[in-house]
Amino acid sequence: MSLFVLVWNYIKARPLNTAINIILLSLGIAVITILLLFSNQLEQKITQNARGIDLVVGAKGSPLQLILCNIFHIDFPTGNIKLSEAEKISRNRLVKNAIPLALGDSYQSYRIIGTNRSYADLYKAELAEGEWWKNSLEVSIGANVRDITKLKLNDQFASAHGLTSGGHAHNDHLYVVKSILKKTNTVLDNLILTNVESIWEMHEEHPEGEEDHASGMSVDSTFMPSRLVATVAADDSVKEITSVLIQYRSPMGAVQLPRFVNSQSSLQAASPAFETARLFSILGVGVEILMGFAYVLIVISGLSIFIALYNSLKERRYDMAIMRSMGATRSKLFISLMLEGGVLTLLGSVIGLLMGHGVLIILSTMVEETQKAGISGIVFYPQEWIILGGSVLLGLVCALIPAIQAYRTDISKVLAGN
Amino acid sequence: MVAVSKLIFKYPSGTSIQFPDFSVKKGEHFLLLGESGSGKTTLLHLMGGLLRNYSGSIQVDETELRGLSESDLDRFRGQKLGFIFQKNHLISALSVEKNLMMSPYLAGLPVDDNRIDEVLSTLELSPKRKSNVTELSQGQAQRVAIARAVLNKPSILFADEPTSALDDKNCDRVISLLLEAASHNQSTLIVATHDSRLKDKIRNQIQLN
Repeated sequence: MSLFVLVWNYIKARPLNTAINIILLSLGIAVITILLLFSNQLEQKITQNARGIDLVVGAKGSPLQLILCNIFHIDFPTGNIKLSEAEKISRNRLVKNAIPLALGDSYQSYRIIGTNRSYADLYKAELAEGEWWKNSLEVSIGANVRDITKLKLNDQFASAHGLTSGGHAHNDHLYVVKSILKKTNTVLDNLILTNVESIWEMHEEHPEGEEDHASGMSVDSTFMPSRLVATVAADDSVKEITSVLIQYRSPMGAVQLPRFVNSQSSLQAASPAFETARLFSILGVGVEILMGFAYVLIVISGLSIFIALYNSLKERRYDMAIMRSMGATRSKLFISLMLEGGVLTLLGSVIGLLMGHGVLIILSTMVEETQKAGISGIVFYPQEWIILGGSVLLGLVCALIPAIQAYRTDISKVLAGN
Repeated sequence: MVAVSKLIFKYPSGTSIQFPDFSVKKGEHFLLLGESGSGKTTLLHLMGGLLRNYSGSIQVDETELRGLSESDLDRFRGQKLGFIFQKNHLISALSVEKNLMMSPYLAGLPVDDNRIDEVLSTLELSPKRKSNVTELSQGQAQRVAIARAVLNKPSILFADEPTSALDDKNCDRVISLLLEAASHNQSTLIVATHDSRLKDKIRNQIQLN
């Protein structure tokens, strides 16, 4: 026998009341848990994905779109830019590193990115098997791409035009899988990497002639290779790419480069840090509304627990007086009510936390987008302890007034009362 | 066992009540008689340590109650005294067994399973051990209340109007159960009642008016 057994039996004796209190609280806690897990992981992914990229330079349009398209690979490109203009930017003394990106095709909705090895190095990519792409039409695929498309080493596939599935297929050129990358938990897992030339080759009218022409150029003694795409001559006036990812040499870059780029009529520079902050402030409104809703649920559940305990006090007046007559101290009655409030909210919050994780686990297995974003339900954050501690505290606060009433029970009056 | 002298109790309303001096020896059973409002319950609660702030003296089991602190009084009550009320007041959320276990637990005594067995079987409640108290008949519930009161082998067993709501047959049954339980556990039984049917059962009587 212990106080806990007594309290547990009291809780069990009112199953409906207990159920509604626990459901209310656990719903509120579940919403908070989901928001916590979702926004924490999203923020983590976003900073991971934007790590090492100080500026994105692309065609004029929405700066947010430029970031979403070229860093997170979720939006569509703003347009193309001339390779020669991109090169001009990359030659700026404030630029430490410039990585070209050529977008346009996809395979089963996974994007094919024409770029160079520096792009893979940004995310510290390592090979799981095979070797890095070298020639045109050779690709390295991300871990998620392999999982979903079931592509294997040396498999060939035809890309589709556009970034969504169902585009026109480029059947005359087949890509070949040269390597599969280890999981990096970044956007790289969802990408197919190749060189920039492959993308051009897919979209050129006369691929044969151009290719010969390009290889012919490389033996020319006056050939100055482009800084961005080595097989193309510097200041090539025809070739186009989607964007350039830029790393600054010094903090001065942040001050001067965006202004320098934006002053050129056809180019636009967008800072990932600034744009993602802007994105979060837009999303933040929705998150705050949901948060508010969750807090309302929690407050209602607290109120409901208070009312339940307060009402049960009336039913239990005799129980308490009898317990006092059997030797229970005032503080024992006080503790038993506090314990009841604490146990109820502890149960509610544990169930709520489990529900929150459960919903995300289901979501991440059912919804492909969540999977692609790398949101998982089996991640735990220290803030969850705060949720747990906070709810137990809520239970104690709600039980305080009933517990004080129990403490003050006048045994003689109750027992003589009828 | 119980000695009361010059006892005066003042109600919160301001009226005060004076009780006659009396003493009860160990093993003697006593009847506290009086009409409603004569102060029987007040006297019982005073002797049971449920009411404090009296003037005069109450000695129970050689202990002056006034000298005990509140928590000492709680422990004293739990270990030395047993109470039976007109209504049974069992804790409905608990089973018969757990209701009984509350008694030693709250008194700070070890819970002895054999003792529970023994008390249940003398009161013919063994088959009901695991039952919910809400499933019991009136008579069974009363026996559980008696079992709970005698479980800690109290020196004194106080009963407040245990029979007044019962018919003659049940009245006989309950008072003999109480007397039996009291002598079986070497407890002194003190019954406060206005039920004149009990006058024949217990010889020592104190009349309040």
